[in-house]
Amino acid sequence: MIKLFKVKEKQREIAANANGKAPVKKQSAGELRLHKDISELNLAKTCSISFPNGKDDLMNFEVTIQPDEGFYLGGTFLFSFQVSPIYPHEAPKVKCKTKVYHPNIDLEGNVCLNILREDWKPVLNINTIIYGLFHLFTQPNYEDPLNHDAAAVLRDNPKLFESNVRRAMAGGYVGQTFFPRCM
Amino acid sequence: MADAAPPSKSRDLDKLLLRPGNLVGPTFDPGVQLRDDLQEYAKILVVGAGGLGCELLKDLALSGFKNLEVIDMDRIEVTNLNRQFLFRLEDVGKPKAEVAAKRVMERVSGVNIVPHFCRIEDKDIDFYSDFNIIALGLDSIEARSYINAVACSFLEYDSDNNPREETMKPMVDGGTEGFKGHARVIVPGVTPCFECTIWLFPPQVKFPLCTLAETPRNAAHCIEYAHLIKWDEVRSGKAFDPDNADHMKWVYDEAVKRAELFGIPGVTYSLTQGVVKNIIPAIASTNAIISAACALETLKIASAFSKTLSNYLTYNGVEGLHTKVTEFVKDKDCLVCGPGVLIELDTTVTLQEFIDMLEGHPKLLISKASITYHGKNLYMQAPPVLEEMTRSNLNLPLYDLMDKIPKDILHAIGTINKDNKKSSGLRKLRVDFKGIDGITDMDMAGGA
Repeated sequence: MIKLFKVKEKQREIAANANGKAPVKKQSAGELRLHKDISELNLAKTCSISFPNGKDDLMNFEVTIQPDEGFYLGGTFLFSFQVSPIYPHEAPKVKCKTKVYHPNIDLEGNVCLNILREDWKPVLNINTIIYGLFHLFTQPNYEDPLNHDAAAVLRDNPKLFESNVRRAMAGGYVGQTFFPRCM
Repeated sequence: MADAAPPSKSRDLDKLLLRPGNLVGPTFDPGVQLRDDLQEYAKILVVGAGGLGCELLKDLALSGFKNLEVIDMDRIEVTNLNRQFLFRLEDVGKPKAEVAAKRVMERVSGVNIVPHFCRIEDKDIDFYSDFNIIALGLDSIEARSYINAVACSFLEYDSDNNPREETMKPMVDGGTEGFKGHARVIVPGVTPCFECTIWLFPPQVKFPLCTLAETPRNAAHCIEYAHLIKWDEVRSGKAFDPDNADHMKWVYDEAVKRAELFGIPGVTYSLTQGVVKNIIPAIASTNAIISAACALETLKIASAFSKTLSNYLTYNGVEGLHTKVTEFVKDKDCLVCGPGVLIELDTTVTLQEFIDMLEGHPKLLISKASITYHGKNLYMQAPPVLEEMTRSNLNLPLYDLMDKIPKDILHAIGTINKDNKKSSGLRKLRVDFKGIDGITDMDMAGGA
């Protein structure tokens, strides 16, 4: 290796001149994998995606979901996605930006979805997360509650739950909490 | 034979470098020249000046290397002192890189260590290209991934897709966690790189949010509740800073309240720090063992006095002592260190023409390709919003879109049609532009 080290200085100079300036910005393997996931997105018409930081920042984007069935029919819900450079080793961080009355989404926007935390596997992708989020609206689950009041109402009195959801989406109070209009 | 050579201060190094043997590497050339060249020409970078970094600096300096540099962005804390032996109580608060460099230079005469108190991302690529070998004493996947991408970016392949030896930048990577550790040799183009084997890492332990919110069962659940849920509820807007003692104390107090509510024992301040920062207690001997393995491999790569570790050593000292060396193989399709497919183009080819060409290229067969170049999305086929934003690039020459650099790498994503089976694929492409500055692409093979 030592001979190589001595020759290296000269090689480096030659190489630098031949190839032009060395590029500075690096694209991590995580960004490339994300690029693949995004270009393969197969979104139903109930879901749409936008890139607030422009076409070159795929690591931060927003997804809008408009359920076409179930309790939340007619509502519009916005989610923010933040993808880490070591994606897919780590799941993206997803938060709900719309205040919603839901057993699995709390008032701060934290989403209780297993594949976002304990069941995340690198083989999953952005499509599966969006399907999972959509599923939360079509099949809310009172067994994994982040909002235990909403979960209790869904379990004990589905008719009341339905009217609470409609009131919250239209803009109004459920209990002591005010929900801005989102439909 | 060796009696003619003037002895150096290290009798052991002389035994290794001045005489031949039967376990030596293929390029080994024993003698005083080798010993002197090692000191004069070998430049080693140590990344990290913590548990592994301190040991590495000491080991490398004592192994005869004279030109070392060390980079670390942290300051010394009291909890470091049980193993980062170059630091003393009065050094708490000072930059690790600077104190480590100073202490080793005081104890080993002749060695020169340049410290860098900054993040690894703050240095540009020319900084890293200066070094012959990079020794890693890092503590995260993200940092390793970054340095791996930097080192592999120097790698070039010839037209037969063989890696060019003079562009290889070897790395020696060490990692420890409690009683366990690993040491590995990464030679881009030859051994697997960090990304080739990233599947080795198990996914991190993450508790379900609803367990934290409704049914905590242990002290860690209470701490994570305070850290992830209660913080946002009460102090939303302010980002939680794990290095801020007030923030940590707040989380600890909330965790204690939560634990009392559910009757869970075991919440302590030090457990809180451990869970929030993902810390596992560090043991001095593990660090010493792993760094010694790394320093030895660095010396082997530099001097060839022995064949190097091939290529991944694991160590487990939980009960007794167990080490194993596994030879992992490179992923030929690796996006970071793989050769990709070589494509030679004219500077007038437009992006649209390039994309069409990929469909018929025998090694690729990618249809409806999206193209990305160094983080810039040149053209995205989907989703519709991105397609619209990038459509205007299709008529531009690819050479211009690639900043007029004659040889560079880009990536294509699309549908691969192979054997009548469609699958999605991501391919690395090496683009070589011909016909620049009037130089023809005829091989002057016969030569003058």
